[in-house]
Amino acid sequence: MSASQKMLGWIDARFPLTSTWKAHLSEYYAPKNFNFWYFFGSLALLVLVNQIVTGIFLTMSYKPDAALAFASVEYIMRDVPWGWLIRYMHSTGASMFFVVVYLHMFRGLIYGSHRKPRELVWIFGMMIYLALMAEAFMGYLLPWGQMSFWGASVIISLFSAIPYVGDALSQWIRGDFVVSDATLNRFFAFHVIALPLVLLGLVVAHIIALHEVGSNNPEGIEIKAHKDPVTHIPLDGIPFHPYYTVKDIVGVVVFLMVFSAIIFFGPEMGGWFLEANNFIPADPFKTPQHIAPLWYFTPFYAILRAVPNKLFGVVGMGAGVVIMAFLPWLDRAKVKSVRYRGPIYKSFLALFVISFVGLGYLGTQAPTPLLNDIARLLSVTYFGFFILMPWYTSVEKTKPVPERIPE
Amino acid sequence: MMSQQVDRSKRRFLVAATTVVGGAAGVVALVPFVMSMEPSARARAAGAPVEVDISKIEPGMFLGVAWQGKPVWIVNRTPAMLAKLPTITSMLADPNSDVPQQPENCKNGHRSIKPEYMVLVGICTHLGCSPTYRPELAPPDLGPDWPGGWFCPCHGSRYDLAARVFKNVPAPWNMLVPPHYYMTDTRILVGEEGKKGAKA
Repeated sequence: MSASQKMLGWIDARFPLTSTWKAHLSEYYAPKNFNFWYFFGSLALLVLVNQIVTGIFLTMSYKPDAALAFASVEYIMRDVPWGWLIRYMHSTGASMFFVVVYLHMFRGLIYGSHRKPRELVWIFGMMIYLALMAEAFMGYLLPWGQMSFWGASVIISLFSAIPYVGDALSQWIRGDFVVSDATLNRFFAFHVIALPLVLLGLVVAHIIALHEVGSNNPEGIEIKAHKDPVTHIPLDGIPFHPYYTVKDIVGVVVFLMVFSAIIFFGPEMGGWFLEANNFIPADPFKTPQHIAPLWYFTPFYAILRAVPNKLFGVVGMGAGVVIMAFLPWLDRAKVKSVRYRGPIYKSFLALFVISFVGLGYLGTQAPTPLLNDIARLLSVTYFGFFILMPWYTSVEKTKPVPERIPE
Repeated sequence: MMSQQVDRSKRRFLVAATTVVGGAAGVVALVPFVMSMEPSARARAAGAPVEVDISKIEPGMFLGVAWQGKPVWIVNRTPAMLAKLPTITSMLADPNSDVPQQPENCKNGHRSIKPEYMVLVGICTHLGCSPTYRPELAPPDLGPDWPGGWFCPCHGSRYDLAARVFKNVPAPWNMLVPPHYYMTDTRILVGEEGKKGAKA
């Protein structure tokens, strides 16, 4: 027995190292037919690590103080060696996190990855999405620019729509009568300590739940239904390591090419990743002519604006996010994957994509009566996809699903 | 002497009682942490009343001051502006100021103590943006019916020159008239209502 084997044996007698490696990597059997859409889970993990690492280095130079914050960000950009790169990695990472997560969620939608028995994988995923939105929102206040300030003012005011306790609640969140130094300081605490811990915990729960039930695949066929009688290994499964670790590294390489191109050639992305108004220090007495959140919140922001009533606007906005958590129970089709569904589901899915992207665009635009009417139409379409789902998925005739994954 | 029989119901009772008491203590222990997020003594002190000299405001213009960190505007309305107020009530959501967004002595047609001086907190009741003062009549971007007032650039809420909200806009209420009173003819104190029967 070699020294390294002895060492491993010593550890394994005290800590489940080898068995954990086997259970989650070398003997975790994933379906053999993963395609392009399956890159985004591991990419989300990569971006999470990027955000944590760059975030740690940013906190070394950032000052969470209303009088110093704006200047400290410019200090990072101009005076800290390589500070510009670390900050652009963080700000670009925030937007790319949502790009990757939205594609990851869409993959679930088309292949039915939220369906039984993966409901909890989906629910944990939704909780990650909510925590991520809170994390991004609080992080956006920290540069203390005009958009930071007014964006936070608007979103915290959403809570004041709650009857009776709303005003006291939004004052408690701000810690002052308006967004102020107290708000900045506590958002910093939530952004760098509380929410990253929550996110990490939820990511672990998401992966444990996934590995308990096993991964879905583009065919929506359960590979555990056909196992080798001797080894009990799924016949259509391949070990995650080395097959999918290597595949994911290819995805990482391509992703990093895109990521670097943005950081080096267009870190502001024409105002989509970093808004022009945020290069002006926060001024509580001057609202910018046009307030829009960053692109990843705009679909829901457009729903909020489309409703001409404060309380119902806020309810509509919240419902737009929360309704996604109910997908596993709204979908009544006999098949999981879009590959075996008929034209009705595909049409509704297309309308959903159009409404989500359309609302996202409208949320970035200044409100006009015409755009408001379009936003109302798209909001109805958006909710229609979910609310009508039990009906159109149960009446539609689906194609027969094969027992095994086709060659 | 130890009894051979374990009294399971007594055990269950003790476990339940300990859990309830321990749980209650846990909840109570949250109180200091939750309360620590309320506005601090310093933030509350910074919200003290503010004295304003209003003698230098030209007719039609406004003066902005900060009270509790919020923008407070004092507008010197012209007779023409005041004459317009009762004629546009059909466009408004709450023309009679029934929602308590003003002190009692400002619950009138012009929402102010002295008709010409409108005092308001310049924060949109929708989501807290600061609306833009647009006193001009019927500008191209606000349409031919615009009677002068405030327009919120964030979500398109509209208010007239008494800060009363229009119908069919996202904002639910008229903008807030803060408590205030006239210390002299040209000085007001924003943030305090003054004694009953004080000079109006």
